[in-house]
Amino acid sequence: MAKIKDSKALETYRAEVKAARPEGEKTIAVCAGTGCNAYGAQKVVQAFRDELKSRGLDQEIRLRPTGCHGFCERGTLVLFHPEKVLYQRVKAEDVPEIVEKTVVQGEYLEKHFYEDPVTGEKHKLEKDIPFYKHQKRLILGKNGIIDPTAIDDYIAVGGYSALAKALGMGPDKVLEEVKKANLRGRGGGGFPAGRKWETCRNAPSDKRYVICNADEGDPGAFMDRSVLEGNPHSVIEGMIIGAFTIGSDEGYVYVRHEYPLAVERLGIALQQAREKGFLGEDILGSGLKFDIKINRGGGAFVCGESTALMASIEGKVGEPRAKHIHTVVSGLNNKPSNLNNVETWANVPLIIEKGADWYTSIGAPNNPGTKIFSLVGKVNNTGLVEAPMGMTLRQIIYDVGGGIVGGKKFKAVQTGGPSGGCLPAEKLDLSVDFDTLWEEGSMMGSGGMIVMDERTCMVDVAKYFLGFLKFESCGKCTTCREGIKRLHELVEDITKGKGTEEHLKAIEDLADTVEAGSLCALGTTAINPVRSTLKLFRDEYMAHIKDKKCPAAVCKDLITFTIDAEACTGCLVCKKRCPQEAILGKKKEPHTIIQEKCIQCGICEDVCKFDAVRVQ
Amino acid sequence: MNMSNIDAIIDRYDKAPSALLAIMQDVQDEERYLPKEAMNRISEALKIPISRVYQMATFFESFHLEPRGKYVCTVCMGTACHVRGAQRLVEQLERDLDVPAGQTTKDLMFTIEEVNCVGACALGPLVIINGEYHGNMTSGSLQKVVKKLQKTEAAEGGN
Repeated sequence: MAKIKDSKALETYRAEVKAARPEGEKTIAVCAGTGCNAYGAQKVVQAFRDELKSRGLDQEIRLRPTGCHGFCERGTLVLFHPEKVLYQRVKAEDVPEIVEKTVVQGEYLEKHFYEDPVTGEKHKLEKDIPFYKHQKRLILGKNGIIDPTAIDDYIAVGGYSALAKALGMGPDKVLEEVKKANLRGRGGGGFPAGRKWETCRNAPSDKRYVICNADEGDPGAFMDRSVLEGNPHSVIEGMIIGAFTIGSDEGYVYVRHEYPLAVERLGIALQQAREKGFLGEDILGSGLKFDIKINRGGGAFVCGESTALMASIEGKVGEPRAKHIHTVVSGLNNKPSNLNNVETWANVPLIIEKGADWYTSIGAPNNPGTKIFSLVGKVNNTGLVEAPMGMTLRQIIYDVGGGIVGGKKFKAVQTGGPSGGCLPAEKLDLSVDFDTLWEEGSMMGSGGMIVMDERTCMVDVAKYFLGFLKFESCGKCTTCREGIKRLHELVEDITKGKGTEEHLKAIEDLADTVEAGSLCALGTTAINPVRSTLKLFRDEYMAHIKDKKCPAAVCKDLITFTIDAEACTGCLVCKKRCPQEAILGKKKEPHTIIQEKCIQCGICEDVCKFDAVRVQ
Repeated sequence: MNMSNIDAIIDRYDKAPSALLAIMQDVQDEERYLPKEAMNRISEALKIPISRVYQMATFFESFHLEPRGKYVCTVCMGTACHVRGAQRLVEQLERDLDVPAGQTTKDLMFTIEEVNCVGACALGPLVIINGEYHGNMTSGSLQKVVKKLQKTEAAEGGN
């Protein structure tokens, strides 16, 4: 494959690939992100391929497996271009009928349309579905139209034009633009990327690195994964622009090993970018030399921290160090190193292409642009949501997310992962942006948004995060290593009904110590989940301590399972499934649970079709 | 274990000490765990003390020092899976396979593992069995999947 030698040749080449993809061309885009793959998207793709081929339609209709469309709840998703009709929950066995009716006869099948769980209204077009209607998909939008393994698809939608433009502008002007756009770090810190770039660029050295942080370790967050899987070239293009601005010839993407598909697609994308001449020597005839390597993480949460991440790239264990000298001055191999997160890099081409003025017109004051959230937990429309900064929590959870599953009561939303906090119902009208969330004792983090309802126990949530952090603490600082462990023990005591009010006092004291005595953000923010739940849901802690009850009916030591004789139909299902043989009863007679035998495993509740199992 | 495979991996990275993590990952991909002999070999070839190789192997969660089962059942313990009942799935596996999480059955057939989030949160709770994602699991559906695997194995073992 010939290299593209300059920006003029790029435009010629773009015209060619566009001509091969005429506007209005009939395309079937099948979401093949991790979520949809788990539902069997690969089989759906294969079924379409076979069916189109057997009907001799494979030349006429383009079939495109794409990255994540975001609406994971409804996978496998199939989008018909150019009309943008969305079919949801498509299975391989549906494909012959879809090809016959929709592709051949042009009839859209209502049964595959999205049906609003609340209103029952059916939506044919993607843009009318509430989940998509309220979003602003600047980054994720392209996921639905490009095949991540085909660089030509990316070029056809304007890919690498921002790079060509940046090379024409020169590094000074590019830096000026990124600073003016006030692009803030999407990894969670919200530090202005332009300032970081400038410091790195001005640090005296013969060698500089640009690094992409794709060690997305926050449990409950998967936006970086989807960007890398769905549109890896946007990240690569951002990094090349960054390297050009900062003066770097070597880049790294540090990606979690738990994301095998992202690693694979990024590898393909890098190879294709090299073949086309976007990486390597003399990029687009500008004299710029730059290439990117992939480093797979080893499954350590702390490696999301910049100094730990760089240590890991050097082949050492990922322990953070004190940042008396920042990594932008002395980072990887003691050279100036500029680290930004996946989503931050993906924003860069947009800013260069459309300008800082356009970029700052989107979002909230001092928080320009959009942010991708992973909206998960007890919410109807689980998936990836890209919203302009400043949208309220209520809009995200109710308008986009479709509210709480099963019409249950909203209790709290947890943002910012293990470093963040919980926000209760009273805070639903808060603007979601870096500064506001920080002021409220939570944080944006990388964008995880975990919705909790009345059946989520906040003490258990605090225990969960402390358990996670206890495990992930690298062990370097005593306060973090031992402090989190003790905090976990204290909270665990409470969930077991062994807590006293002294426990709460001890938690508060110890939290201050852990915060004060730990080196990196893992330790200093580890106390946020317990602190925020204790502040906002003290009643719930007290119910565990004083009444020995778990109001959300989660903590095993404090709950009992019973069967409601009125509701029980005597179907024997729970009796058969109980691992303890703790359920008594005959067919068509109400069952009962022998409490002495019950281990609170919850299977009876899971299997009961008549909602007859009560947990208190 | 075939030492020449290990040597080939080490050579692929030009014996570079900075490639330690990558080499160890590739060896594990090949062997499905990190045998002691392989770690010794890496240490010699890269001229890195064995203590440092061991340090890496125990620091990073993705490494395993013991052989793992033919079927590795990984339960995602991410927050989204947690609030949707992932703990119940772990307990179900522990009961069905009669080993605690993190360990392998005596017949080297099943390993139960927990992972801190695989980023497929919309499908939670989620169990990955040898790379295949099983989403929206309940203790009942998980039990069925495991039983089916056990049956297949029993049938093959009988032949």
